[in-house]
Parts: sequence; C-alpha cells; structure tokens
Amino acid sequence: MEIFALLIDGMLVALQPLNLTMIVIGVSVGLLIGAMPGLGSVNGVAILLPVTFLVPPGSAIIFLAAIYYGAMYGGAISSITLGIPGASTAVATTFDGRPLAKQGRASLALVTAALASFVGGTVANVLFTLFAPALASVALSFGPPEVFALMLLAFATFVGLGGDDIPKTIFSICFGLVLGSVGFDQISGAPRLVLFEMNGFLQGIGFLVLAIGVYGIGEMLWTIEQSRGEVTKTTPKMTVKGMASDAKEATKRGWKGTIIGSFLGFFVGVLPAAGATPGSLMSYGVAKMVSRKPESFGQGNPDGVAAPEAANNSASTGSMLPMLTLGIPGSPTTAILLGGMVIWGLVPGPRLFVDETEFVWGLIGSFYVSNMAAVLINLAFIPLFIWMLRMPFTVLAPMIFVLSIVGGYAATRDMFDIWLMVVFGIGAFFLRKFDYPLAPAVLAIVLGPIAEPTLRQSLLLSSGDPSIFFTRPVAGPITVIALILIFLPALKLLRRKRKVA
Amino acid sequence: MRKGEIITAGILALLSIYLMWKSTELPVGYITGQGPGGGAWPFWLSAMMLICCGMIALNWWRGTSPPSQSDEPVLDAYGWRMLVMVGGGIVGFVALVNIISMYGAIAVFLLYYVKYLGRHGWGLSLALALITPVAFFFFFEGAMRITMPTGMAFTDPVFNVLYEIIY
Repeated sequence: MEIFALLIDGMLVALQPLNLTMIVIGVSVGLLIGAMPGLGSVNGVAILLPVTFLVPPGSAIIFLAAIYYGAMYGGAISSITLGIPGASTAVATTFDGRPLAKQGRASLALVTAALASFVGGTVANVLFTLFAPALASVALSFGPPEVFALMLLAFATFVGLGGDDIPKTIFSICFGLVLGSVGFDQISGAPRLVLFEMNGFLQGIGFLVLAIGVYGIGEMLWTIEQSRGEVTKTTPKMTVKGMASDAKEATKRGWKGTIIGSFLGFFVGVLPAAGATPGSLMSYGVAKMVSRKPESFGQGNPDGVAAPEAANNSASTGSMLPMLTLGIPGSPTTAILLGGMVIWGLVPGPRLFVDETEFVWGLIGSFYVSNMAAVLINLAFIPLFIWMLRMPFTVLAPMIFVLSIVGGYAATRDMFDIWLMVVFGIGAFFLRKFDYPLAPAVLAIVLGPIAEPTLRQSLLLSSGDPSIFFTRPVAGPITVIALILIFLPALKLLRRKRKVA
Repeated sequence: MRKGEIITAGILALLSIYLMWKSTELPVGYITGQGPGGGAWPFWLSAMMLICCGMIALNWWRGTSPPSQSDEPVLDAYGWRMLVMVGGGIVGFVALVNIISMYGAIAVFLLYYVKYLGRHGWGLSLALALITPVAFFFFFEGAMRITMPTGMAFTDPVFNVLYEIIY
C-alpha cells in the first residue's frame, strides 16, 4: 500500500503545472526528433540537456525523460510512413509497418504503433513501480554467456522462421556482423578490417549508415524500379471514424505482439547495456515464432508492428531501472540522463530511493503522465503523417532521399559515411533483386557490438570451452532453443522428404 | 536473372575471401589467457559467408532458387535508365555537398528531381527547392545545433547572413 501512496504523491508532483508543461513540450519535441531519420532519443536528450538548467532539477529530469518517451513513439512514424527507421529502436517496426503503409493501411500501422507503445509503456511503468529493486538484481546476475545466448536467439529467429532462402539469410546475418566489427578491436584496441586501406573505416560502420542506405536509398530505388515510375496512391483519407475502426482492428490483430513486446521489452531493457533495440528486435522474433501465420510477418502483419513498438517503449522504461536503482545506465540515452542527474547533484543508486523520495516518485509518476501525453499527442498527429503519404511520389521520393542524406550526416557528421550509405543503398537494390533478405544484416550490425565481446568474455571465462553456453542454468536453455531454431529449416526439409518418400 | 545470381554469388564469395584475408591481420585463433584473438570474430564469420556463397551456388546449379529459374534480365532498359537517372542524381547530390554546401546540394537535387524527373511545374519545383533547404537550415543549425558542410568559400556570404539570424 505504501507504494501506491508514494505513486499517487509522485503523480501529483508530475501534474504540477510546470512539470506538466515540461512533459507536453518534452514529448512533442521527442516525437519530432524520433520521427527524423538520423536523430534519436540520444541526440534529443543530449542536445536539450543544457536547456534544463532553466528549471529545477526534478522538472529537468522529467523533461529529459519525456523526450525519451516521445522519441520512442516518434521512431515508428518514419519507419511506417517513409520506410526509414528513425532510430535503431524502430528498425523492426519497418518490417511490417512499411508494407502496411504500401497497402494503403498506414493509419492502421500508426494507430497500432501508438496503442502498442502506450500499453508497453504502461506495463513497464507498473512493473517498474512494483519490482524495481528486485528486477535490477536479477538483471545484474546475467553474465556474458547469458547475454550472448540472447543475441544468438535473436539471430536464430531469423534463420528458423524467416521463410527466406536460408543460405542467403545466414549470409546476411554474417555480413552484418562483420560490418559491425569494422574499426577497432574492442578488446585489444588494434585497428581491424580497415577495408581497402581507407582510413574512413577506422571509425567503424554505424548502424544508421547501413539502415538508411538499405531502407532509405535501396528501398526507394527498388520502389521506383518496380512501379515503373507510376506509383499508385493507395492511402485513404483519414477520418475519426476510420481511426476508431483502425484502433479496433489494432487491438484485435496486435494484442499478442503487444503483450510479448511489453514484457520481453521490459526485461531486456533492464539488462545493462542491452536497451530498447535488442528488446524490440527480439520481441519481433518471438511474436513471429508464436504466431499461427509466421509467413505473414514482413508482409504487413499488425502484430509485427505492435511487438517492437510495445517493446521499445517498455524497454526504455526498463532501462531506467538499473540507472535509478544501481547507477548503471541500461542504454545510451539513460547514460546521458544519468549524466544530467549527476550534474544536478542527484546520485543514482539504492540510496536515491531513500534520500530523494519526492524526486524518485515524481519521476516515476511522470512516466505514467508522459506515456498518456505521448499517446494522445501521437494520435492527434496521425492525420498529418497520413497527409505526408498523400504527396505525389515524385515529390515524396526526392524528399526521402534528402532526409536520408541529411539525417545520415546529422548522425555521423562524416561525408565518408554518406558515400558508404549510397554504396549500401545501390548494393542493397541489387541484392534484393536476387532475394537476399536485408533485415537480418541490419539486425546484425546493431547486435554485433554486444554479441562479440560477450562471446569473447564467455570463452575467456571457460578457457575456450564452448560448453559454457550449455551448462549455465539460464544460458543453457536459451542456447538450446536458438540451436533448434537454426536447424529447424533442415528438420522441416527432412520431414518433407520422408513424407514424399 | 539466372546469370546475375551466380555472378552476384561469385562477387560475394570474393568479398568473403577478402574479408577473411583482412581479418588475419589480427590473430584469428584462441590465445591462452586472452581469449579469442581480435581477428577471430570477423574471420570465422567471413568463412561462414563463403560457405553460404557455396550453398547459394549449389542451389543455383540445382535450380531451386527463384532467380535461378528466371530468364528475365536483371534490369531492362527502364531499370537501367532509372538507375542512372536516380542513382546518378543521388551520387551527384553527395558530390555537390563539399562544393556548394549541403543546403545548396539539396536545392539542386530537388530542382533536378521534381522538375526534370517528376515533370512538375516551375512553381512547385522552385518552392520545394528553396523552402526545404532553408527550413532544414533553421532546424539543424538553429534548433539542433548540428553544423552541416558549408561547401567552398564562395558560399560564405550566404551563410554569414543566415548565421547572423540564428546566433
């Protein structure tokens, strides 16, 4: 009961006029930043950190957290309407969100994303309120083998359930992982894979360079070529009645993904250094795994939008948990938030809940209020996003190219990366012609920097013995499931051959 | 498509071999007390890529993949024209950034695409080509404090006026 009394006090703090204003502004700014390819919650929170010096510490952190919330909602907008993931957290939303938009069902995708985000955020807030300290200690018990097993599971879902050409899928995953390892060896610090002796590769290949290249440039070239220059507009007019019916359909067809994303996203978000991106990608994979029609994923299944969107919101709240309770940031954005708190003299850790009760519960209360504000603002702007899609394609296409280049530059500040993006875009166009799935490569470049060090640390722990992944109580079952998924296509083929015989 | 698939697999196999070779610049085996060497991760992944290319070639030979069963060309005349016009336009856009600035390149690219490729009227084409870079300037440089390339020195007078407004 004490928790509820504290939560109510916290909500009252969040609803104070100044804090409420900060929430509304923060969420709106976050929505805009999240929707802009190349900019994400990290940029938003970092850039606006100095602005918070104008208000008291509590309001400042509430403002930054609201930006984080808004950006999580906003990431889905460009993924669905333009097919370009605004941030790595919204990559998986592109897989089904973009096909839905192409079918003229962008409003269904946007409404599904908004509602799933709201549910994900709410579930995470409740879990956060109830289990904060206990969950933080469970997450801390995850060692490198457990984290690597989780990464393996994320890749395995693409192989086992992809429905694509298996050698091409595995090639795509390996290629993404290799691209992610370009730059410096994380452990020895030595330069690695400086391709064609070009110094530009020393800083590595960022996820956005590949993602914008593949989805922004490659996808548009593909659309222009496939449509023979005559793109038929299928986007319907947006009405309140239409949105209500979309909401009904989203609830009916996206509930499973929402539930998976809400819980899985939160748990992955709690894991130190994991964050919302692996959470959303894993939730997508699991939603596909439990679906009765896994082949409909990637074709415009609302569950494929709901799962990652619920997950990235849930994970963003989850990643605040180790930050507040232990002082360990769960994501890059929470690392900046942590910095902001330290500037304000608030020391995150177990003592924070005792010494700064009003601040902590005010912040937790603001999560609930921000979540509500974000869903309302997002739903209110959906007609505007739909209007964007009604532009003639010969205007929309160059705008997407421009956004891709400008957004890419804003993220990396390096022309070398922009050239690389163009090369990836044209390469992706040709690879798609020969049925190479490109989403696994994008997933791999995101997860590679987590997978490699955890594999190396695990093998170091076991003196090179790979059985460490099978003998630990948590890593073992996860690894076995991942291996079953990897060999599933071969098993299916054998069964089919036996039936024929 | 059939020929294209095997040529692509061949190019990717060569890329895999190159990546394997490049990975060996760092140790690729297990080093006692240090764990796997710095080159091990990319080396074994590239080896897997090479094996995958072999499997893709096998599927091509058996004719089990859709592209290996297709007699259609990879790109027809329209496809090549599109690739040259649009792809070339993007390459031109990026090449112009360091000469006439990011914003200048946006204006030229939009004018080229909307007017020349999209065949829209001068009014819409010019409006988009002028309003978009200005709006982007105030958003990125003014609100987000992100500086974009300003090109060669001859663009300075324009940027001086714009920076005057935001600072």
